[in-house]
Amino acid sequence: MRGITKHYPGVVANDHIDLDLRRGEIHALLGENGAGKTTLMNILYGLAVPDAGEILIDGRPVKIAGPSDAIARGIEMVHQHFMLIPVLSVAENVVLGEETMANPIFLDKREASRRIRKLAGRFGFELDPDTKVQSLSVGQQQRVEILKTLYRDAQILVLDEPTAVLTPAETEEIFTLLRNLASEGRSIIFISHKLHEVLELADRITVIRRGRVVGERRPAETDEKELAEMMVGRAVLLTVDRGQSHPGEVMLKVTDLHVRDDRGTEVVRGIDVEIRRGEILGIAGVAGNGQDEFVEALVGLRRVAAGRIWLNGRDVTGASPRTINEANVGYVPADRHRFGLILAFPLTDNLVLTSYYKPPFAHGILRDGRATLEAARKRVSEYDIRTPSTEVAAQTLSGGNQQKLIVAREFDGDNTLLVLDQPTRGLDVGSIEFIHKRIIEKRDAGTAVLLVSAELDEVLEISDRIAVMYRGKLVAFLDGRTADKNQVGLLMATGGATDEPREATGSRT
Amino acid sequence: MSQAIARLPRPLAIARYLWSLIAVPLVAFLLALVVGAIVIILSSTLVLKQPFDATLPLTAYQALAQGAFGSFNSLVGTLVITTPLLLAGLGVGIGFRAGLFNIGAQGQFLMGAVGAVAVAANMQHSPPSLAIPAALVGGALAGAAWGFVPGFLKAVSGAHEVVTTIMMNYIALASLAWIVSGPLKQAGSNPPTTPDAGPAALPILLGSTGHLGILIAFGAVPIAWFLLFRTTRGFEIRAVGANPDAARYAGVNPRLMIVLTMSIAGMLAGLAGACTILGVSHRMNTTFQTKVGFDSITVALLGRSNPIGILFAALLFGAMRAGAPPMQINAGIPVELVDFIQALILLFLIANVVLRRLLRLRGVTGAEQTGFQTITRSYGEGVT
Repeated sequence: MRGITKHYPGVVANDHIDLDLRRGEIHALLGENGAGKTTLMNILYGLAVPDAGEILIDGRPVKIAGPSDAIARGIEMVHQHFMLIPVLSVAENVVLGEETMANPIFLDKREASRRIRKLAGRFGFELDPDTKVQSLSVGQQQRVEILKTLYRDAQILVLDEPTAVLTPAETEEIFTLLRNLASEGRSIIFISHKLHEVLELADRITVIRRGRVVGERRPAETDEKELAEMMVGRAVLLTVDRGQSHPGEVMLKVTDLHVRDDRGTEVVRGIDVEIRRGEILGIAGVAGNGQDEFVEALVGLRRVAAGRIWLNGRDVTGASPRTINEANVGYVPADRHRFGLILAFPLTDNLVLTSYYKPPFAHGILRDGRATLEAARKRVSEYDIRTPSTEVAAQTLSGGNQQKLIVAREFDGDNTLLVLDQPTRGLDVGSIEFIHKRIIEKRDAGTAVLLVSAELDEVLEISDRIAVMYRGKLVAFLDGRTADKNQVGLLMATGGATDEPREATGSRT
Repeated sequence: MSQAIARLPRPLAIARYLWSLIAVPLVAFLLALVVGAIVIILSSTLVLKQPFDATLPLTAYQALAQGAFGSFNSLVGTLVITTPLLLAGLGVGIGFRAGLFNIGAQGQFLMGAVGAVAVAANMQHSPPSLAIPAALVGGALAGAAWGFVPGFLKAVSGAHEVVTTIMMNYIALASLAWIVSGPLKQAGSNPPTTPDAGPAALPILLGSTGHLGILIAFGAVPIAWFLLFRTTRGFEIRAVGANPDAARYAGVNPRLMIVLTMSIAGMLAGLAGACTILGVSHRMNTTFQTKVGFDSITVALLGRSNPIGILFAALLFGAMRAGAPPMQINAGIPVELVDFIQALILLFLIANVVLRRLLRLRGVTGAEQTGFQTITRSYGEGVT
């Protein structure tokens, strides 16, 4: 790719970017949220048309006008959000668009299954072509996505943050697979902002900042610190100094809490916990052990099956989300597109989502457009939300900026309690640093903080106390400063040795 | 970076924004006219065996426009026909904003007419200053009740409004026949009709047919716009339509909003029915019928669920309906051409994705629930 330039209204997404990819190479593309990585890959895949620049394959300039052109040239993309049809089988998903026909009318499903099984076997993973995609775990779904590209014999694979939703074990498996593919002579572009992964996997690393290439490195000649600085453009603290905590009185008290999931299965099975003012309780656990349901019950979004929740001495069991919110509880949901934002609404409306009905944003039933706009401008600059204007829809922002939008809203005012579910999922180092600092500030100002994260490192770095959640229970409490990573990891996986080690079943969509 | 706000000159930016809003409806309308023209030529040469005449469509459209806008009286006629379309279209549009596909404007319209007539029949000796508002309120409440029921059913049991509003349409039709030939039948009338609206009849303000309802309908446009975009209630309605989960977190009760929105939609359609009966026909027989209920769905879609857009869409449909009979008389083109063109408009609107691609329009930023999405994802979805 040579001299690729792409403007969007108000933003230069790509500014004369050069990128070369060699045969059999894993090339990492590193950059902050909104740096232009996704735009660049969309251009390569024909989803966007560059304003200037050209793409060359094997030295010849090619024109890629749409995904079908890209596919015809052996370029395949695995998107961050999977493009699979849940009710169809693995085989049906894989052959979609490239169906093997028994005759002009009917599909040859048996032949398709046979070829998929063979392909999967060649790369050393097991997948039953006849299972429905909806019953697969996230990691398995990812393999289906990759299988799809291999079925079409991709020579160039683009993976957009493939590990964002994977457990550490699944991540390792995907890495092995990618190395195998590269050794066969296929080329891979790996988009990520997890520095240690990039260093572990890539042959070469290109760093992009604000639409420009700022440098190229080999893993051997660099380290996390330098890469982070290149990405952000300044020195970055990879670990925020959490300082000392000064816990005050008990703010949140939960006794024997039981909560069911959407299917009616009890997934929170008796939680007792207290969080004091001025302390951060981190909950470590493999995704899918009831964490999301637990926090949804805390903020009033999910019914409590049994047990009690006290906030500041007041019983708030079964209270509405608004009641909880009016008690100055901030909530950062794990799924920001579901509970966190109204994507079609402008930033202004999203920033007052929980306060639109009260002064200064409304007087009676009349909304105050000016007050809303002023508050939005203030928070956009305070939280460095990158946007062309406060009037654009939230869906036009990059994931990291969407997350900052939610944090800007929920961290506003004097929080009594902050409930943070995966607050930095999918964010780059700069944004993570920013959010971690804010969390610590909140704690020091006397807020009780509940932090749920599937990133063990995150829990270890900023928590004052750590609880390990396993199959709906808090199985262990540890001191955040002395807890040992391996010990916590073991507790996460086994729940404390009394149970048989179980495989993680983190199947969320 | 955050200061690098779009540097387009302001007027150009506004023009672009407006274009992105009206491009699809406009092109859908123009394409419908083109296809309509082809059909006019084909039917006259192939079916009626007339000599080929390339100017026939122009003659037809000219007669149509003439019939709709040609004189003061024809203009007033257009406004009269626009009135119920506008009121009911606003109701359907507000429903779309809340993610509700209200097919029940038809029944709500009919019940609104019945409600107005029922009040009028019982106020034959009251002064108009009392009878008119009472009859209008009666119609609005009857329509609101007809919208409330599907809303309530959806809120408590998740019953889909598409199904229940269709059922409510049939119930309205049957109830109307019974009420006109039973409780409200004027003694000695055959075929049965209701008593004349009498003092509740809307005063004529413009020409010979321009009744008070025109003012009510046009006045409803800014009120609906204000409700949707300037009040907290409107914000809640739109939030539920755009993301019910986030709305729930924001403290909005989606069930309440569904009931409220359906009631408002029913009220507006009921008011449309009331204005029609009190302003135009003044009495009702068992075969009282209308196309307003279904036309208003197309009007709401064409107006992109925006009250101002709906105003223009209703005027367009009103003009076509008003101009059709003169067109038949003066150009010999059957009035059914208008149905045909309206159906084509709907078809092209639903092919919205294709049109956008042809026009090289990106998705309108901030595209909210504007009808198409409601229809496409309308089936088999419950409320949580």
